[in-house]
Amino acid sequence: MSIVLEDVHKAFGPKVVLDGVSLEVRNGETLAVIGGSGSGKSVLLKSIVRLLEPESGRITVDGKDVASLRREQLYQLRRDVGYVFQFAALFDSMTVFDNVAMGLRRVPGLGEPEIARAVGDSLRRVEMEGYDDRLPAEISGGQRKRVGLARAIATRPAYLLYDEPTSGLDPVTTAVIDEMILRMTRELSVTSVVVTHDMKSAYTVANRIAMLYQGRIRFVGTPDEIRATDDPVVRGFIEGRPDLTIEAV
Amino acid sequence: MRTDLSAPVVFVGRGTIGVAARFGRFGGFAWAAMGAFAHVGLWGRLVAQQMVRLGVASLPIALFIAAFTGIVLALQASYTFTGAVPLYFVGTLVGKTMILELGPVLTGLALAGRVGANIAAELGTMRVTEQIDALETLGYDPLAYLVVPRVLAGVIMFPVVVAFADGIGILGGWITALNLLDMSTPEFVRGLQLFFLPFDVRFSLIKAASFGLAVTLIGSFYGFETSGGAEAVGRSTTQAVVVSSMLILVLDAFWAIALL
Repeated sequence: MSIVLEDVHKAFGPKVVLDGVSLEVRNGETLAVIGGSGSGKSVLLKSIVRLLEPESGRITVDGKDVASLRREQLYQLRRDVGYVFQFAALFDSMTVFDNVAMGLRRVPGLGEPEIARAVGDSLRRVEMEGYDDRLPAEISGGQRKRVGLARAIATRPAYLLYDEPTSGLDPVTTAVIDEMILRMTRELSVTSVVVTHDMKSAYTVANRIAMLYQGRIRFVGTPDEIRATDDPVVRGFIEGRPDLTIEAV
Repeated sequence: MRTDLSAPVVFVGRGTIGVAARFGRFGGFAWAAMGAFAHVGLWGRLVAQQMVRLGVASLPIALFIAAFTGIVLALQASYTFTGAVPLYFVGTLVGKTMILELGPVLTGLALAGRVGANIAAELGTMRVTEQIDALETLGYDPLAYLVVPRVLAGVIMFPVVVAFADGIGILGGWITALNLLDMSTPEFVRGLQLFFLPFDVRFSLIKAASFGLAVTLIGSFYGFETSGGAEAVGRSTTQAVVVSSMLILVLDAFWAIALL
């Protein structure tokens, strides 16, 4: 049970985004992927569930080569990998209940009573009970992120991928979301990848932190190891000091 | 100096390559959408909802256009025929022109604006807000869930809307003939029946179905192709309307050559 990326390359026209990324997400851990804006963090995350297709390299989830999966196998894999989008990506014409129920409605043999129970349980876990009938436009940004998380965990996936889960949130709501990520890992025993540029969040939620820089993994280690590193590029990022990064380049 | 001379060539070359690439992507998109028809479980229950949104809700604008077109046709026919052609030919011209040409084409163009823009803007917004990606991660084929119901609704409902538009256009012409041209109902109906062929109605409906396919497929394609933000959604919407309007005119000529 792990996610493995081997020498993954991805470019958009002349712009190389991933330039030979190799990384392993171990079973049960929460790995934070940090890096500057436009460094390819979200591209890496989307490549894991084949929302984007790398030009070369190999990505495996539970030993299955994602690139070689047929359509139905791919959708089956995606049901096992919950994805929390940066701006929640809730369906704005649907209520909170229907948003969370969407993934469950694709699970064979699941009736409406079971779906309603699972939706209720997911909303309770993110402290959004009682919001079933609201539309996404009627709730706050932080609440939308929580509903996005509820939708991602509704099918009880083995993996959770978070794309900038705290971006655009105030510090208090950020702490609430961080606490939820920790709770999901604890209560649902999921393996998680959290893409973020918020170092406080990364230190709070992650067992290990990987830094993506110029299309490659520059550093992988525990929060203590990254705090102690003398790599000027990594230090420049985590301390918010561009002068260190510029000197290293 | 060399740069000045080569600039137009580079501009035209890049433009041509861009158009060819987009044409190729559209072919791939249409092919994939055809393949998505197999997932009936995903689109089956959404078609009726789209038929109401794209078809029934478009009736007022289509009928408004058709009614006034019928009125103008009757008046212009009368103006043209004065003294030379018997006045009952007003019915012939109104009927033939509404059914063969103006009913389907004007309705098609109006719906390219209303339906094509609606689809491109909606799907474009879903694309830039990652809702289409979200569908994928939840195990839904976005083509089957979003595109197929809209395309089917377009192919079914455009002919229905055009049939009503044909009827209302003729009705507008008839009322005009009675009230402004001093014609009687038997005269107008005589003209209407003079060169009428049941094939005319089939021709009108076939054209309408092809317009429905073009408008919904192109709207969906530009929606799916959107990348960026609000400005990109606006650009996709404009392109969808322009391209589907042009395609309607091309299809209009094609059907005239192929079937008449």
